[in-house]
Amino acid sequence: MNEFAVEMQDVVKQFITPEGGILAAVNHVTMQIRDGEFFSLLGPSGCGKTTSLRMIAGFELPTDGKILIHGKEMSQVPAFRRPINTVFQQYALFPHMTVEQNIGYGPEMQSVPRAERSRRVSEALEMVRLPGMEMRRPKQLSGGQQQRIALARALINKPEVLLLDEPLGALDLKLRKEMQLELKTLQREVGITFIYVTHDQEEALTMSDRIAVMHKGVVLQIGKPEEIYEKPASKYVADFIGETNFIDGVVKRQDGATVEVELEGTGVVRVESSRSFSNGQQVAVAVRPEKLRLNTQIEDGNTLRGRVEDVIYIGTDTHYGVRFAGGQKVRVREQNILQGHHEIVQVGAEASVSFTRVSPRILTE
Amino acid sequence: MLNFFRRNKAAQLYGLISPGALWTLLFFNLPLLIVLFISFVERGRAGGIKLPPVYTLENYRQLFNACASEFSGPECDPFLYIGIFGHSVRIALVVTFWCIALGYPLSYFISRQKPIWRDALMILVIIPFWTNFLVRTYALKQVLATEGLLNSFLINLNLINQPLDLLFNEFAVNVGLIYGYLPFAVLPMYASIEKFDHSLMEAAADLGAPPWRAFLRVMLPMTLPGVIAALVLVFVPVVGAFITPDIMGGGKIEMIGTLINRQFGVSRNWPFGASMSLVLMLLVLIGVIAYFRSSTEETRRAM
Repeated sequence: MNEFAVEMQDVVKQFITPEGGILAAVNHVTMQIRDGEFFSLLGPSGCGKTTSLRMIAGFELPTDGKILIHGKEMSQVPAFRRPINTVFQQYALFPHMTVEQNIGYGPEMQSVPRAERSRRVSEALEMVRLPGMEMRRPKQLSGGQQQRIALARALINKPEVLLLDEPLGALDLKLRKEMQLELKTLQREVGITFIYVTHDQEEALTMSDRIAVMHKGVVLQIGKPEEIYEKPASKYVADFIGETNFIDGVVKRQDGATVEVELEGTGVVRVESSRSFSNGQQVAVAVRPEKLRLNTQIEDGNTLRGRVEDVIYIGTDTHYGVRFAGGQKVRVREQNILQGHHEIVQVGAEASVSFTRVSPRILTE
Repeated sequence: MLNFFRRNKAAQLYGLISPGALWTLLFFNLPLLIVLFISFVERGRAGGIKLPPVYTLENYRQLFNACASEFSGPECDPFLYIGIFGHSVRIALVVTFWCIALGYPLSYFISRQKPIWRDALMILVIIPFWTNFLVRTYALKQVLATEGLLNSFLINLNLINQPLDLLFNEFAVNVGLIYGYLPFAVLPMYASIEKFDHSLMEAAADLGAPPWRAFLRVMLPMTLPGVIAALVLVFVPVVGAFITPDIMGGGKIEMIGTLINRQFGVSRNWPFGASMSLVLMLLVLIGVIAYFRSSTEETRRAM
C-alpha cells in the first residue's frame, strides 16, 4: 500500500462570491498525509481548512489539482464511493433513526446482513464506551454521547481515512480535554489515518503527529507540533501558535551561524540561525515569553535592559511586560518555582531580560 | 366590566374565543345540522323539502341504487352514483399525486436558493391566489381550447397537423385541478424541506449512500409531515371540487362536486344533495383519520 494515505497535489478551490468575484478558498495546496498518522489542519476560520477537508471527503470537487487516496486519483469521485468517513462538526446524526440504525447505516448501505450488522453496531458502541445505547434516539443523548455515536458511525465502516471537522467544538472545556485524550488513544488503537480540522492550536499541539498551519487558503508550514512551536517558519505561524514577542531589528553582521541584529536604541543581540541574511536586512527577532529570563544572566547569552511596565501573577507563573530603552516591549513568563526565594519584580523597576542565542528565531515574513 | 375581565382568566379566555366559536356555531355547525335534517326527509316538488317533513332513508338508498328513483328508465345503472364517487376519488388521487410529484422538487429547488431568491420565488408561487380562481380557470381554458394558445403554438411549429383534443375531457379536468392546487402542495412541503438539515444528506453520502438511497432513507422520511399535509390539503378539496370539473370538463366530466351542485340547482333535489354531501364528508373524514393514524408513528419519528 502507498505510504501516503492522502495526497493533495496543487489543489485549488474557487468559489464565486455574492458580489460576482472569485474567491480562492484553497489556493495551490500540496500536502502528503502519511498512513496511520494523526494529521491536523490548523488555522483561523476562513483559512481553507474545512474546504480542504470537504474536498478530501468528496463534498466539494477541486477547481484544479489532484487528490489521491492511497495513490488512487479520487478528485472527481463522488463522496459515497470514497473509502473515507467523516465526523461532522454538528455530528449530523439522523434524528429519525435510533442509535443502532444510525451506526448501522454504513453497513446497511454495504448490504451487510442484519445479524452481522447489529453485532458490529454493539462492537462499535463498546469501542466508544456507550454499550447498550442501541434503541436510544439522538435527541435523548448528551452532546458528548452524540459525539461518540458520530465517531462510532464513522469507524464501523473501517475507513482508510477518518476526517474530523472540529468535532469537539460544541463540547464544554472539561469534556473537550477528556475527548482529546480519548480520540488520540482511539486513533492509536484502530491505526486509521485521522485528519483533524481545528482552529484550536492547543488541541492541535496535544493530539497531532503532524500539523499543517493554514492561512488564507495557503499552507504556511507543515511539521511536528514541536517543530511548529519551536521553529515557526513565519511571523504568522509564530504568532498563531502560542505567544511570541517580535522585536524588530536590522541585521548588522553574520558570522557563520551567528547573526548580529541591532535593535534600535536598545542594543545588539546575537542569534544562531541556519539561514543567511544580508547586512542591513529588516528582520524580526521572535522569541517566546517563557524563553526569557528576568534579572538572571545567561552565560554566552543576550541581555537587554528595560523597565517593568506590568506584572500579572497567575499562580504557576508571573507574566511581566518589559519595555526596552528603544521602546520595544516584550512579555516575559517566569515560572514560580522557588517560593520565597523568587522575588516578584515590582512595576516600574529596572530589570534585565536575558535569553540564549538559540532561543529566538529570525523571521523576515 | 373591564375589571371583571382583568381579574378573571377564564373570562378572558372565553372572551377571546367566543367570536370565532359563535361564528363556527352559527354558520357551520348549525347549517350542518340543517343539512343532516334535509338528508332524511322527502324532497319538495320545486326544490326545498316537502312540508310538513316526511322522514325517509330514500336519499341514502338512492345513492347506492340509482335506479330507485321514480325517474329511472329501463337502461338505468344502479351503481351510477357509486361510480361517480369512485371516479372523483380517482381524479383526486391523480391530482394529489401530480401536485406532490411536481411540488416536491419545486419546493426543494426553492429551499436551496439564497434567502432573497427564496422569498421572491415563494411569492411567485403564492401570486395566483391573488387572482380569482374562476378567472384563472377560464384563462387555462383558453390555453387548452381547440383554437387555443397551445394548439396554435404546436401547429405553427409544425409539430402537429390537427389541433389536439385538450379540453372538455378528464385530462383537462386534471390539468385544471393540478394547476389550481399546486400551491397548496408547495407551501407545506416547502416549510418541511426548508427546515431539513442538508448536512444529513452529506452524512448519508459519506456513509456510502448513493443520492437516491439517501433521499429515500433520510430526506423523504424527515420531510414526510410536509408531504402528508400537502396530501390532505390537496385531496380533500379536490375530491369535492365542482367549478373546475364543470368548466374544464365542459359538463361531460361528472364528479361528486358537480353532482351535488346539480341537486341544489337544476335537479331541485335538495335531500339527495344533502345526503351525498354528508356521505362525502364522512368518506373524507374516515380517509384522513385513517391516514393520520397510520402515519403518526412515521410523522412523530420524523419530528
